[in-house]
Amino acid sequence: MKITVRYITLIAALITGTQLWGQGSITGSVIFEGKGPRMRTIKMGADPVCSAAHTEPVKSESVVVNGNGTLKNVLVSISAGLDGMKFEIPEEPVILDQNGCTYTPHVWGVMAGQTVEIRNSDATLHNIHSQSKQNRAFNFAMPKVVKKKNHTFDKSEDPFIIKCDVHPWMRTWAAVFDHPFYTVTDDTGKFTLENVPAGTYTVKAWHESGKKLPAQTLEVTVSDGQAASLDFDFTRTAK
Amino acid sequence: MLNYNRPLHLFARWTAGATLVLIFIGGLVTSTQSGLSVPDWPNTYGRFMFAFPFAEMVGGILFEHTHRLIASMVGLLTVVLAVWLWRSDTRAWVVRLGLIAVIAVILQGVLGGLTVLFLLPTPISVTHAALAQTFFLIVLSIAYITSREYLSSGATPVQTDRARLARRWALAAVGFIYLQLLLGAVMRHTGAGLAFTDFPLMGGALWPSFSPESVNRVNWEHWQAGLGEATSGQMIIHFLHRIMALGVTAAIIGMVVSIRRERTIGADLNWMGLVAVTLLAVQIALGAVTVLSLKQPVITTAHVANGAALLGWCTLIFMRVQHVTQLKLFPAGNWRRALKEAATT
Repeated sequence: MKITVRYITLIAALITGTQLWGQGSITGSVIFEGKGPRMRTIKMGADPVCSAAHTEPVKSESVVVNGNGTLKNVLVSISAGLDGMKFEIPEEPVILDQNGCTYTPHVWGVMAGQTVEIRNSDATLHNIHSQSKQNRAFNFAMPKVVKKKNHTFDKSEDPFIIKCDVHPWMRTWAAVFDHPFYTVTDDTGKFTLENVPAGTYTVKAWHESGKKLPAQTLEVTVSDGQAASLDFDFTRTAK
Repeated sequence: MLNYNRPLHLFARWTAGATLVLIFIGGLVTSTQSGLSVPDWPNTYGRFMFAFPFAEMVGGILFEHTHRLIASMVGLLTVVLAVWLWRSDTRAWVVRLGLIAVIAVILQGVLGGLTVLFLLPTPISVTHAALAQTFFLIVLSIAYITSREYLSSGATPVQTDRARLARRWALAAVGFIYLQLLLGAVMRHTGAGLAFTDFPLMGGALWPSFSPESVNRVNWEHWQAGLGEATSGQMIIHFLHRIMALGVTAAIIGMVVSIRRERTIGADLNWMGLVAVTLLAVQIALGAVTVLSLKQPVITTAHVANGAALLGWCTLIFMRVQHVTQLKLFPAGNWRRALKEAATT
């Protein structure tokens, strides 16, 4: 009887593509030793609303080295090992906010088909210009009276820029996935991918510096109920 | 002989001047990366473009919308100029040139709209930039062929070998500058302007290497400066632009020297030659500062506009040399013969 139930469960899993094996997590950090490039102060004088929104100078976020020798804004995701698995698209939207004429978050991921809620918290107008290649590129207006617009990306895609041409310093990086296992390193340089099905995967760490800090991949095996650990080292050594 | 129409000639000059201003503003749009700051066209943020409030012209919109407004004004001036030529000039080829100017300005407006709607595809953006220079030359030509100098006759044609040589050098200068401006447009619209950030060297060498190691080394310096990374293709485009600058310099010096050697060609042309050399020196300096300032928008745009001014100035020199030699630039109804003649003499 027990074996029959197991077979039925297995067949049901194969039909629905649902993962029934155990789950674990992947944790780690992105190391960056030494000094990063000096980040320029963003001049927002072109729009009085933007400059009035900040009391402190705003620095570019293109390379943020944390005080503990780690790197912020690194997109960490599973890049291989999930073949044949299907995942539910989250109902809650990803929020991209234009606030103080900067994008929050600076780097982010979304699942294909998941809603991206683009907000305009500023009392000024923005244009939202996506430079996606796999998904249709777009450029639409968000006057100050339009506070919210939804958009959905249909296909998975490597990171691409979304920018505002009214305020040329405004840039954010988006990536579209067909699974939910992605995250972005924070002020501590750490990351955690939760609820990963047990198995062996390739994990990719990507930073917007492109070839200057090339993306890295590491293999990891996740066991049921265990936290697999791995660290990426983005310290630039070669000239 | 056709009577000189001073108001018409001045109007043509104003139109040419307004076009140069438009080229400057257009350059500013690209330099400040404001090309898509107004996502719609021909409207502006859903409003009729002339009704868009000044208070909302912030950031990139200030450049893009101003560009559209001045472009509309130049379009209007061109239509008026064409109608004026049609009503008052008896030369059929001049009337046709006015019509060509109208077609060019309309096409230019449509290209500007398309490049916005299709999110700045390089071929359309480069064509838009190239047509801007071409349109400027058309209007400048109209200004010259309606001038008192062009319409007057009586002077003995100067058709010496030196005069012919001067004409050939002037034509070469115009051709080289035009090609250089095209290359500059390709450079700007492919993001190759800062492929090298040193001057006069390129990646530390006079003749740079485009090997992966060299590209990596240059990109390392870019990274330290907080700049985007450059590809070998961008480096080659940038390199060609600098090499072509040598060709332009040689052609302009050749033109000026040959004009000075033919004394009968006129003191005015000598003076114009010196101005051309000055514009060239300013252009090279602006090019250097553009790179060294990491493309400061006003300096970069001044480089674009001064390039257009240099093209226009050398075209004017060419047309005046043509006039002195009495080989008219636009003989009635026979463009092919004129081009053949210009190439062979």
